[in-house]
Amino acid sequence: MKVTKDLVAASATPMVLGILAEADSYGYAILRRISELSGGELDWTEGLLYPLLHRLERLGHVESDWRSVAGERRRKYYRITRSGLAELAEQRRQWDTVVDTLKEIWLGRGDTRPLIAIQLGGYA
Amino acid sequence: MTDDQAELEAQFAQWRHYVQRRRELTSADADELEDHLRGSVDELVAAGLRADEAFLVAVKRMGSLDELSREFAREHSERLWKQLVLTGDTDSPAADTRSRRDLIAMVGCAAGAAVSIKAPELFGLNLEQDGAFYAANLSLFALPWLAAFLAWRRQAGKAVIGVLVALFAIGAVAANAFPLADESQSLVLTSIHLPIALWLVVGLAYIADDLRAPRRRMDFIRFTGEWFVYYVLIGLGGGVLIAFLFGTFEAIGISPEGFIAQWVAPCGAAAAVVVAGWLVEAKQSVVENIAPVLTRLFTPLFTVALLAFLVALAVTSGGIDVEREALILFDLLLVVVLGLLLYSISARDPLAPAGVFDKLQLALVLSALAIDVLVLLEITGRITEFGTTPNKAAALGENIILLANLAWSAWLMVGLVRGRTPFAALERWQTAYLPVYAVWAWVVVLVFPPLFAYL
Repeated sequence: MKVTKDLVAASATPMVLGILAEADSYGYAILRRISELSGGELDWTEGLLYPLLHRLERLGHVESDWRSVAGERRRKYYRITRSGLAELAEQRRQWDTVVDTLKEIWLGRGDTRPLIAIQLGGYA
Repeated sequence: MTDDQAELEAQFAQWRHYVQRRRELTSADADELEDHLRGSVDELVAAGLRADEAFLVAVKRMGSLDELSREFAREHSERLWKQLVLTGDTDSPAADTRSRRDLIAMVGCAAGAAVSIKAPELFGLNLEQDGAFYAANLSLFALPWLAAFLAWRRQAGKAVIGVLVALFAIGAVAANAFPLADESQSLVLTSIHLPIALWLVVGLAYIADDLRAPRRRMDFIRFTGEWFVYYVLIGLGGGVLIAFLFGTFEAIGISPEGFIAQWVAPCGAAAAVVVAGWLVEAKQSVVENIAPVLTRLFTPLFTVALLAFLVALAVTSGGIDVEREALILFDLLLVVVLGLLLYSISARDPLAPAGVFDKLQLALVLSALAIDVLVLLEITGRITEFGTTPNKAAALGENIILLANLAWSAWLMVGLVRGRTPFAALERWQTAYLPVYAVWAWVVVLVFPPLFAYL
């Protein structure tokens, strides 16, 4: 199962900002981390990641600089800014709403059980 | 370094070369993407792949460059509206200092041109009263400065600079040494031909870094077209500026007429010659060329006009029987056709197969050829009937030169349309023909006045 393109695109910004909130990082490492965390289910391309990073930089959510860390190549590192942290908080609120709503629909609360039980795995 | 590593580095270099050809991607992007690719390769090598295998897989994973560039283009749309970088903000500091030095040299040369056109006034000459002097010398005020700017940019060798100086000096002698009356035909001919001769001297400065290469001559043809477009645009802007100067100063009761006619217009026109040349050089890699676009627009229209004229001629009478002015008009028409031909050649993809546009161009050349023959008949008829004058001789020479060019071009284009002749042959023919114009222009300027007893 691969996650659809629209969904990947919609969730890309909070994911990148979230990873950068943990620590400064560079493109390849960000892509690896996404792949690792999603168990390889999220199919990110370079054409998605780098333009996104550049857009976040233009909007002032991240800053970049070329660094030479000992024992490594010179790399372009990205760092989240205060406005990026604020954006991340805002996106997180929105995503919480979306995720909570979906959970409501799919699992239901104790007092209002769903009329139809929607189960994972379809008709199999 | 082992062989494997060396090969891998070569592959990276090649990949980088492809990336940098994309104008959506800057060199900083290329650095970033290369680092990504290297990370990917390192990981695959660590997983047990051989270096060349790892490279192939990593490139494949990165996806096609087309897709990558498209995504970058979406984010950085401003990069596609390539901007003319005048100061700073380019990719590399080396390019920065270079463009700044160019700017300074250009301002110096433009100022030189502006001063040159006012310099004769120190010797009591006046723009309004000594029209004949200015008409003959006009090209000598600005073109040497344009040539100087180009020679400086190309870091021309001493020998080339010597030749340039000598040719401009000969031009100055030709314009002033002969005892020509203000109304003489030779004076008019000099005023027309000296700019052409000197423009080709500018061409020599343009190709100073590689005198023998036909491609550089083609570049000069492109330069000429672009320069013309820029000059006209600057002229239009200058017209607006003058209109505002005029209106605003009149409004407060000061008449700027004399100042504009004596200073703004002539100095601006001379300086703009250099500025336009600098603009073409500075934006060469930045904006798409406009002259070939105009050519594409006007080639079909001129073809239709010429064909219509030929049909009308066949229907009404048997030959061109017109006044001298109309003959000059036909000559100009042929020059325009040649210009259209030159510019479409300069812009054409040399490897593309012959298409509809090439056929259209062949029709244009053939109809121009027919008109040229008719004009030639008319001129020779006049010469045998009334004898030679400088004007007729000049017109005859020009028509023969154009006839030779058009005839051989038509022959080559027939071959091109039929897929027998490579496009390069046409290109080579046109670039090889440039010196012919230069020689003829110099002959008219230098030999005609004494030959026709300063008539």
